[in-house]
Amino acid sequence: MFARFTAPAIAIAVLSAFDGAAAQPANQPPDTMAARVEACTPCHGNKGEGTSDVYFPRLAGKPAGYLYNQLLAFRSGRRKYPPMNYLLEFLPDPYLEAMAEYFASEHPPLPQPAPSEVSKDVLAHGELLATSGDAGRNIPACVSCHGPGLTGMQPGIPGLLGLRANYISAQLGGWRYGTRTAKSPDCMQLVAGHLTEADVTAVAAWLATRPAPANPAPVPKGTYALPFGCGSQPN
Amino acid sequence: MGFKLSIKLLSIKLLALAAFTTAAAAQDKDKTGDIVARGEYLARAGDCTACHTAPEGRLFAGGRAMPTPFGTLYTSNITPDPETGIGKWSADDFYKTMHSGRFPDGGLIYPAMPFASYTKVTRADSDAIFAYLRSVAPVNQKNKPHELRFPYDNRQLILGWRTLFFSEGEFKPDPKKSAEWNRGAYLVEGLGHCGMCHSPINALGGTSQSDAFKGGLIPMQNWYAPSLTSNREAGLGDWSIKDITDLLQTGVSMRGVVYGPMAEVVHNSLQYLNDEDTRAMAVYLKGIAEPSPPPAASSALPTSESSLLISLGKTVYDKNCASCHGTQGEGKPPHWPPLANNQSIEMQSAVNPIRMVLNGGYPPGTKGNPMPYGMPPFAGLLSDNEVAAVVSYIRTAWGNRGTTVSAREANELRSAPLN
Repeated sequence: MFARFTAPAIAIAVLSAFDGAAAQPANQPPDTMAARVEACTPCHGNKGEGTSDVYFPRLAGKPAGYLYNQLLAFRSGRRKYPPMNYLLEFLPDPYLEAMAEYFASEHPPLPQPAPSEVSKDVLAHGELLATSGDAGRNIPACVSCHGPGLTGMQPGIPGLLGLRANYISAQLGGWRYGTRTAKSPDCMQLVAGHLTEADVTAVAAWLATRPAPANPAPVPKGTYALPFGCGSQPN
Repeated sequence: MGFKLSIKLLSIKLLALAAFTTAAAAQDKDKTGDIVARGEYLARAGDCTACHTAPEGRLFAGGRAMPTPFGTLYTSNITPDPETGIGKWSADDFYKTMHSGRFPDGGLIYPAMPFASYTKVTRADSDAIFAYLRSVAPVNQKNKPHELRFPYDNRQLILGWRTLFFSEGEFKPDPKKSAEWNRGAYLVEGLGHCGMCHSPINALGGTSQSDAFKGGLIPMQNWYAPSLTSNREAGLGDWSIKDITDLLQTGVSMRGVVYGPMAEVVHNSLQYLNDEDTRAMAVYLKGIAEPSPPPAASSALPTSESSLLISLGKTVYDKNCASCHGTQGEGKPPHWPPLANNQSIEMQSAVNPIRMVLNGGYPPGTKGNPMPYGMPPFAGLLSDNEVAAVVSYIRTAWGNRGTTVSAREANELRSAPLN
């Protein structure tokens, strides 16, 4: 009788011990996204706020859809930066989505804009392009897609604030030369294709001088209509 | 009352378990009955997808660039498209190609295609893989011509390679070993083509039979594929079977974690193998490992310089590494791997630990470990000297028996290709 009942009793004890262990694992890393994305922090900051390196962008508060698209593009090699391509190569879609959501939901304060190194005329040219565009050269204003406050729109259009001039001009250069591409229709490549090098310097410099707005969050999907089709932001 | 309730709960659990096993058995039966499903499973075991599918490309349409010391090869379209794929091939053609490394018209295949391993695959398995490849969507996409430097663009040179390094023939089971061991050997030596990386590659791009699984630097990638036969490297002689199967199936284990090219293998291939096959591979791998004498404790650095380096290394370690890997290198396995008594840290080649410090890395996301923890890259935070110091420290602390490394070795790997 005793023998008949000990085996199930032990089985139950083992099962409960196991359930307990799963709930509160001993000597394990924290079961959090923050611990899982520590590999991102030397370059992007603990909360995705960016670091002192001007070429590494802020991630915090950008729309999750935009960040997810970038993670997919780095994983497939479409967007080329070997350290990123290497880190993401074998990570599954749902995990990349979770990473994107993690950084999208972080809101460390935007940095103080750095004093600009370019002339007033160059800044004025940058402001004109960013706020009004140049219809004669088929250049839409940055604000027509990235929003009146330049904070981006859910789910796929990034805000342009809190980025350094070097990063913005390197990315615009990438779009111009076709080393950075996105899903077709590749709206940013069309726009950047019309920019000259002087345009890039000016617009990057002006964007980097913008102070933080009261509400830095990207506006909801559909807040305004895009001037043309964009593969990263399907209607 | 409490006791009765427990019994009731247990019965429910047992019932659920019984239902689960019945369902699993039924599923297995379907699988064996279905040659296409079996072929898909075997194609996973052979990791055909990884090479024959380009990034963002269509499944099996080829076109992936394979950089080699002799130039760049482009993988071929193996979809059933009659013009550009293998739509006109018969099962016979397919078997002969896998088995002999020659196209149906007799043309020689470059040995980047692991036919020296695939030659061991049985006719039945080859037929199943072929049936599966027949079932995928045909893609009309012409093969991209290879870009090989003179004189390697002359395919006749392959004849020389074949004479030296290729011996044709299906796997022959060893009657003295168990069925499980033989199944593992068949998978490791055949479809798994593990020897392609885990054997030293000589200047002619070949591997001699006697050096099989003895480890080597992977050309072009600059990762060291450790020996599978030496317990001082990745020899698994003193690993438990569970630790080996965990590593192969999930990418992480209590003893260590896979990164780099091995992460790709686990991600694309090994995570899909069933428990029996994984266990068979583990049994075989454990079986071929043997104790090997420790290498002569040689370091390029004089003793006084080494001790300075190690003392700087401890400072770097305590500041940057100890929060995850522990002050005694104990880690928090499986996710934060231990560094103490970790063969991949101690082995003669320091290439892998230096690369990990510089570039960090994520183990593969797998069914068993879908959200792996990552190691941060320190290339931008540490100088060459600090990288050398911390790697020297972890290779010699806590009873580890590696040697110190120089700042020059660390510097050289900063420019190693990342993918």
